[in-house]
Amino acid sequence: MLDDIPQEEYLLKGNTACAGCGAMLALRYILKAAGQNTIIVNPACCSTVCQGTYPKTAYGVPVLNIAFAAAAAAADGIASARRNKGKNIIVFAGDGGTVDIGIQALSGAIERNANILYICYDNEAYSNTGMQKSGSTPYGAITTTTPTGRKDSKKDIDLIIMAHRPKYMASASAAYPKDLYEKVRKALTIEGTKFIHVLCPCPSGWRYSTEKTVELGRLAVRCGMWFLYEYEDGKVKLNAPTKAALKRPAPLADYVRPQGRFKGVNLERLQKEVDEEMDRIRALAGIENAKEASE
Amino acid sequence: MKKMATGNQAAALAVKESNVEVVAAYPITPQTEVVETIASLVETGKMNASYIRVESEHSALAACIGASASGARAFTATSSHGLLYMHEMIHWAAGARLPIVMANINRAIGPAWNIWADHSDSLSQRDTGWMQFYAATVQEVYDTILMSYRLAEKVCLPAMVCLDGFILSHAIQPLDVTPSGDFIPPISLPHALDTKNPMSYGNLTGPNDYFKFRRMIHDAMKRADKECREVEREFAERFGRKYGPVMEYRTDDADTIIVGMGTMAREAEVAVDLLRKEGLKVGSMRVRQFRPFPRLGLEGKKVVALDRDCSYGAGGILAQEIRFHHDVPVYNIIAGIGGQDVRYEVIAELVRKARPEGEFWLGVD
Ligand code: SF4
Repeated sequence: MLDDIPQEEYLLKGNTACAGCGAMLALRYILKAAGQNTIIVNPACCSTVCQGTYPKTAYGVPVLNIAFAAAAAAADGIASARRNKGKNIIVFAGDGGTVDIGIQALSGAIERNANILYICYDNEAYSNTGMQKSGSTPYGAITTTTPTGRKDSKKDIDLIIMAHRPKYMASASAAYPKDLYEKVRKALTIEGTKFIHVLCPCPSGWRYSTEKTVELGRLAVRCGMWFLYEYEDGKVKLNAPTKAALKRPAPLADYVRPQGRFKGVNLERLQKEVDEEMDRIRALAGIENAKEASE
Repeated sequence: MKKMATGNQAAALAVKESNVEVVAAYPITPQTEVVETIASLVETGKMNASYIRVESEHSALAACIGASASGARAFTATSSHGLLYMHEMIHWAAGARLPIVMANINRAIGPAWNIWADHSDSLSQRDTGWMQFYAATVQEVYDTILMSYRLAEKVCLPAMVCLDGFILSHAIQPLDVTPSGDFIPPISLPHALDTKNPMSYGNLTGPNDYFKFRRMIHDAMKRADKECREVEREFAERFGRKYGPVMEYRTDDADTIIVGMGTMAREAEVAVDLLRKEGLKVGSMRVRQFRPFPRLGLEGKKVVALDRDCSYGAGGILAQEIRFHHDVPVYNIIAGIGGQDVRYEVIAELVRKARPEGEFWLGVD
């Protein structure tokens, strides 16, 4: 199934990510899809640290590390120089740098239709600084700044991005690498701003044992905590795993139980949020898809 | 070719003449005319550059950093709160050794809101690793931007060209816009992002390497002082206009020197003429190059420092620089803040009354 994915590795061995890091799994496939002709822009986040310490770097493509709030604008600056025509300019930013502090620059870049691919790897917290609550942290999750579990709900960055009507937008998951690979390939053929939102399980922050990254990433989709879809020409198209999940979702407890961050969560309230989100994505995908999903 | 232009238009025309590839800017009074002029040059095909209409000054400089890091020549312009909003990226540009040039139209900072000339904005960025130049005529704005690109790309440091809001930004004066020719060669950044030779810039660095990088910025800044003389010499040869780090006026036999920056220091030259008529041996020095700070040769002179700024609790910033670099008593006149009108008669009167040492706030003391 993964046969047509290139053998070349641009995420090199010996990087300083935690064992089982979902973000590095995602980056590995993103770089395979983008290839050598790529410049990465990194705001402050785990992926800055994961490169390792000067004079070494674990990334096989050039990287501009930049201040937290500046990634989308810096990427636009690179993309706007004539000499970079034809290169893939990719922002690889965490959820804090996207949903919170970087949202203004991102909003401006999409409005200008900057020719960049913006990827938000979402581990649902400020994991690089030791796991504080971000705008993306789900209801009920324990972080160091929500020590008894988050009391309110996460910010829906996807709806905010969609309101900007970007050329292409997709959600993906580190646990579905082929799907992610294909979405990146497709995004890179499109001129203008593309946005891909990737769920990246984080063993350190979510408090689960490292070998469960792919399993939990898949469970997130199966129970409806995460959707896989694409947005193009104003239409939302659900991908197969999400269609299946909307039809017959896996029990939420299967996803929640292995994670220390959900210790003591009010499962009923979380289920209610998931149900509402499922209704919302059905509505976004249109009646046809909703029918398809319930067939 | 001679024409009439404002300080702002001169800045825009110098950017065009410098073959800038990427301009990113956000409008702010009194800078707006710079970005409007560039926008119209780009949209009418007179200038071949990308013009990014960013949503904030933070992004304006971030976009310039991206462009510059990939090896393109970049420019932005701002003023006052815009400059402060850029502050994080101001440090970043210098730390990343990117030869970005920016025009800062000097303006007061709120509260209270005040759009008039004041040096507090740029001087508050003194320790960021940017070279800083202060112009006093429309021609000088143009010339200093051309020279700044040459210099910035030689030493891999960014440069800020400052001009007083309205007094210079909106003043119309004759401007010679002779083409720059090969005075500004194609840019070649030694550490540009290169997909064929992948490197990571700005990632984690241990204390020892980080420390060395900081020292390299300091060394480059000191080297810039020498390189700047070389660039000025070449500029004078080609264009016939001579500049130095300090523009001296009737200083040869002077026992009292007025030191200032920008348009107020130009006004001081007129005050010098007035005082000379009265038989007083007064001269003036206009500091053009504030970073790296030049030696002024003030030993044995009575020094009157004119500051359009104040480091609260310490006094005028220019006065402090003079005291740090020279073993002389300095009488510090703080004037012109927030656009206060400072005519040459007033400067002359203050110099007549100046004591060897002390501080005086015009209109307050
Ligand atoms: S904290 Fe989480 S996201 Fe960051 S490197 Fe570790 S596993 Fe990856």
